[in-house]
Amino acid sequence: MGTLATKDLTIRFGGHVAVNAVTCSFEPGTLTAIVGPNGAGKTTFFNLVSGQLKATAGSVSLGGRDLTGLPPSARTRAGLGRAFQLTNLFPGLPVLENVRLAVQAAQAGRHRRGLNLWSLWSDHRRLTARAEELLQAVALHHRRDAAVASLPHGDQRKLEVALLMALEPQVYMFDEPTAGMGHDEAPVILELIRELKKDKTKVILLVEHKMDVVRELADRIIVLTNGTLAADGPPAEVIASSVVQEAYLGAGKEAA
Amino acid sequence: MSAHLLELQGVHTHIGAYHILHGVDLAVPRGQLTMLLGRNGAGKSTTLRTIMGLWRASQGSIRFDGRDIARLDTPRIAQLNIAYVPEAMGIFADLTVKENLLLAARGARSAAQMDAARLEWIFGLFPAVEKFWNHPAGKLSGGQKQMVAVARAIVEPRDLLIVDEPSKGLAPAIVHNMIEAFAQLKRSGTTILLVEQNLRFAQRLGDTVAVMDDGRVVHAGPMQALAEDAALQRSLLGLSL
Repeated sequence: MGTLATKDLTIRFGGHVAVNAVTCSFEPGTLTAIVGPNGAGKTTFFNLVSGQLKATAGSVSLGGRDLTGLPPSARTRAGLGRAFQLTNLFPGLPVLENVRLAVQAAQAGRHRRGLNLWSLWSDHRRLTARAEELLQAVALHHRRDAAVASLPHGDQRKLEVALLMALEPQVYMFDEPTAGMGHDEAPVILELIRELKKDKTKVILLVEHKMDVVRELADRIIVLTNGTLAADGPPAEVIASSVVQEAYLGAGKEAA
Repeated sequence: MSAHLLELQGVHTHIGAYHILHGVDLAVPRGQLTMLLGRNGAGKSTTLRTIMGLWRASQGSIRFDGRDIARLDTPRIAQLNIAYVPEAMGIFADLTVKENLLLAARGARSAAQMDAARLEWIFGLFPAVEKFWNHPAGKLSGGQKQMVAVARAIVEPRDLLIVDEPSKGLAPAIVHNMIEAFAQLKRSGTTILLVEQNLRFAQRLGDTVAVMDDGRVVHAGPMQALAEDAALQRSLLGLSL
């Protein structure tokens, strides 16, 4: 159980500073929404935290442990959970197999090994049961046998969430988890995030453009504009601030 | 001249071993904005891809301006003055934003030959297009790429504009601009067909609506009627608008 913290986190692409000296900490039991205009650096910030991008300067730590020099795989083992990118999946394999592999990967090392047919079989049953449970949780169970490559966009996003859950991380990073989902499906994912919030030991970060979702789920909102931290506080206060009203929602315009 | 610019009748599409569309009937009225709604996996994106010839209809007819286009190749279909923004956006990552738009501007060989007033209008709608004009489009964020994809589709007037989830990944202020843009395009005579999951967006813009389920259109009619009928919304979409 620990706090996720960034200190002066910065990345430059040539002359462009995409994330600029962001210092911020995220406590367990808190869901922080990250909002900002397109191109403000929200996804880049996630990439810096998860290690997909290497920071030009600054640091990332979890529970006091410095993760800055670690590659993404080691950060995942340290407890940072970022939704899998679909390119990391096995597109020709069925949905269930992909989730089972993630469950297996997350549990590797936690169980004894050995060439014992009984334990192999019981492991397999246990992994399958967990994978099935996760697919139920994201309402994707009816697609368990479909090849990942054949899934429509919204179902692919559900699978990403299932894979993230399989990792059982300390920190959950959701990047527009309901994008491309129908209005009858998005509530399933939101309910899942609501459930996660009840476990007070988890840090949850959510990049989201749907303000009704942000209002409902967030304990705190941070605003990025041009890579810098422009606002940070309780949702009502931040939404009412001029930086959000003007730069993000568009002053005088009705939010869609 | 038919009242419908685009008309699909009994369209079936197979993708590999999967039978995705099971007889789609869809009529897109001339000069109106038609919303194609439905659950994930209902066949909305496949319908758009079939219209554009990216999947081949195995049965049925697709008529554009009275002419059957079901057997035409995609480039020929596009040349009938149809613009299409696919779900995956189709941005050329190594080309600059300018070059991406220039590719769609048929009358222009250089940016200087592009319609300056129209470009100004696009820059006003999507500031990222102007800001990153000379940058490789692949470097842009997801939402900025979506702006480039839509900008490219509207860089010249088209008879039919087809967009798969225009509001996806966009900040609220930009979604507002896009609603304005579609309304203006419609006033200038463009017929528009959108797949959209953002229902407020759909409700504000749509004249007509078609709802798909399991590879078929199961409801078609005025948007207003669906917006006012909560029971119908629940039965068709699972939730109220």
